[in-house]
Amino acid sequence: MEAKQKSEKFIVPIGPQHPALKEPGHFEFTVDGEIVTNATARLGFVHRGMEKGVEDRNWTQGLYLMERVCGICSHVHAMAYALGVEKLANIQAPPRAQAIRELVAELERIHSHLLWLGVAAHEGGFDTLFMFSWRDRETVMDLLETITGNRVNYSANVLGGVKIDINDAQKDALRRGMDFLEERTKHYLKVVTEDETFLGRTRKIGVMTFEEATLLGAIGPTGRASGVQRDVRVDSPYAGYPDFPVNIVTSDAGDLEARFVVRIKELYESYRLVREIVDHLPGGDLTVKVPRRIPEGEVISRVEAPRGELFYFMKSNGTDKPERIKVRTPSLCNWGSVLTTAIGHKLADMPMILAGIDPCFSCNDRLVMINGKKTETQVWDWEDLRQYGIEYYK
Amino acid sequence: MENLAQTVMDKLKTWARVNSPWAIHFNSGSCNGCDIEILATLTPRYDVERFGIKLQGSPRHADVLICTGPVTLQARDRLLRIYEQMPEPKFVVAVGSCGISGGVFQGCYNVVGDISEVIPVNVYIPGCPPRPEAIIHGIVELLKSLQK
Repeated sequence: MEAKQKSEKFIVPIGPQHPALKEPGHFEFTVDGEIVTNATARLGFVHRGMEKGVEDRNWTQGLYLMERVCGICSHVHAMAYALGVEKLANIQAPPRAQAIRELVAELERIHSHLLWLGVAAHEGGFDTLFMFSWRDRETVMDLLETITGNRVNYSANVLGGVKIDINDAQKDALRRGMDFLEERTKHYLKVVTEDETFLGRTRKIGVMTFEEATLLGAIGPTGRASGVQRDVRVDSPYAGYPDFPVNIVTSDAGDLEARFVVRIKELYESYRLVREIVDHLPGGDLTVKVPRRIPEGEVISRVEAPRGELFYFMKSNGTDKPERIKVRTPSLCNWGSVLTTAIGHKLADMPMILAGIDPCFSCNDRLVMINGKKTETQVWDWEDLRQYGIEYYK
Repeated sequence: MENLAQTVMDKLKTWARVNSPWAIHFNSGSCNGCDIEILATLTPRYDVERFGIKLQGSPRHADVLICTGPVTLQARDRLLRIYEQMPEPKFVVAVGSCGISGGVFQGCYNVVGDISEVIPVNVYIPGCPPRPEAIIHGIVELLKSLQK
């Protein structure tokens, strides 16, 4: 419709499917020459009806369904769910379980941020960095496998605690892994802040000021890169975070470079936390008993996922099945910020700006260029757009 | 004589196909778990490119369709379209428990079912998600079956 009204402009739809990476989403950029003048998103291609589905399952089965909302941050979903159910049932998981929950959450953050670093670098055409960061990510995947038994969807949580324990050999492996990753992360920080070609694609690109970030409700590392001091781990500590507090990492620059720097510095925080938990792991039981029927009530459970605040609303009607569960994931909150910061930027910057919020995004395949008046269409795929961005900056 | 030429040509085609299969990956409603494991097979530790396997952007260039997840109502038509766009002969690999049976998403209102309800599947790789080694093994099994 818009293309017809402004016939000199192009609408560039991207998506919804892409063979390389993760979830499908569909975006339309209206461009005037090279400059993006409007952007919209359409989501919902992987809508499976999980919130409704969980109502047909009992509380325990629901845990394993909610863990599969997202394979990248599966632990935080299960943790938010388990914490919510425990709050409803008015019980508290033992301290050792809470610490192990935090430990796995931080390991997951490390794997997610390294994954993002690689994907974002790939979108900018820096495939060497992609391969390096994914090679190093295997270290943390190995550690997750060592302690939980699975590389993804760890199922560390049960209602009322955790099902895994950490022994001394695993503690040593964790310490060694953190040492190796810390060394590598120093190198990555150097690359993203000093490499001339990298800075050409990130510095002063996609700038979001503090005011904009607050207005648009940007959360997680995306918001923190614009100076928003918001982190659920600090604001309302949950699980083991009251005992092992985290330092908030922010930056005031608000550009893509800041989003890289904030995430990489968060990696250091995670390494420190993992070491601290391993050194001071509280003793005691791993689980407490949770009744099959959860008492009536409503509860809100918030945790900090690698991408930002994850929000669960849970309602129980006193039976063994939930009455209503509402999930709000962090990627959704950050779409607004992408669609706004995209305006005024070059089309060639779009892959990096989109990847900059670490969306569960990368399934954006075909790109059709439509000239509204002449009905000429030109089909690009995401690979072409990425290549176009790389060529443009050569 | 013509028959001989045909046989030689067929052998040559199979040889080429087995040594350099191009794959396309489509997520029809998966949780990303299988997708990141498929991606991990491309990175230095697992490196499927040593088998000549290349992840390809366009379905028109692909021999193997690697599918993850149950099929959602919205993704169903897309999956069919991708499958139809692929040139013959084409092979489908379903990765993960959801692709085999719908997995944990069975009974959700927006889920059509597993992948074989929409398109024919050649190889199933179980796991939630399968390890990268399992994915490589599945694809190698597919290639072995082509040699026969």
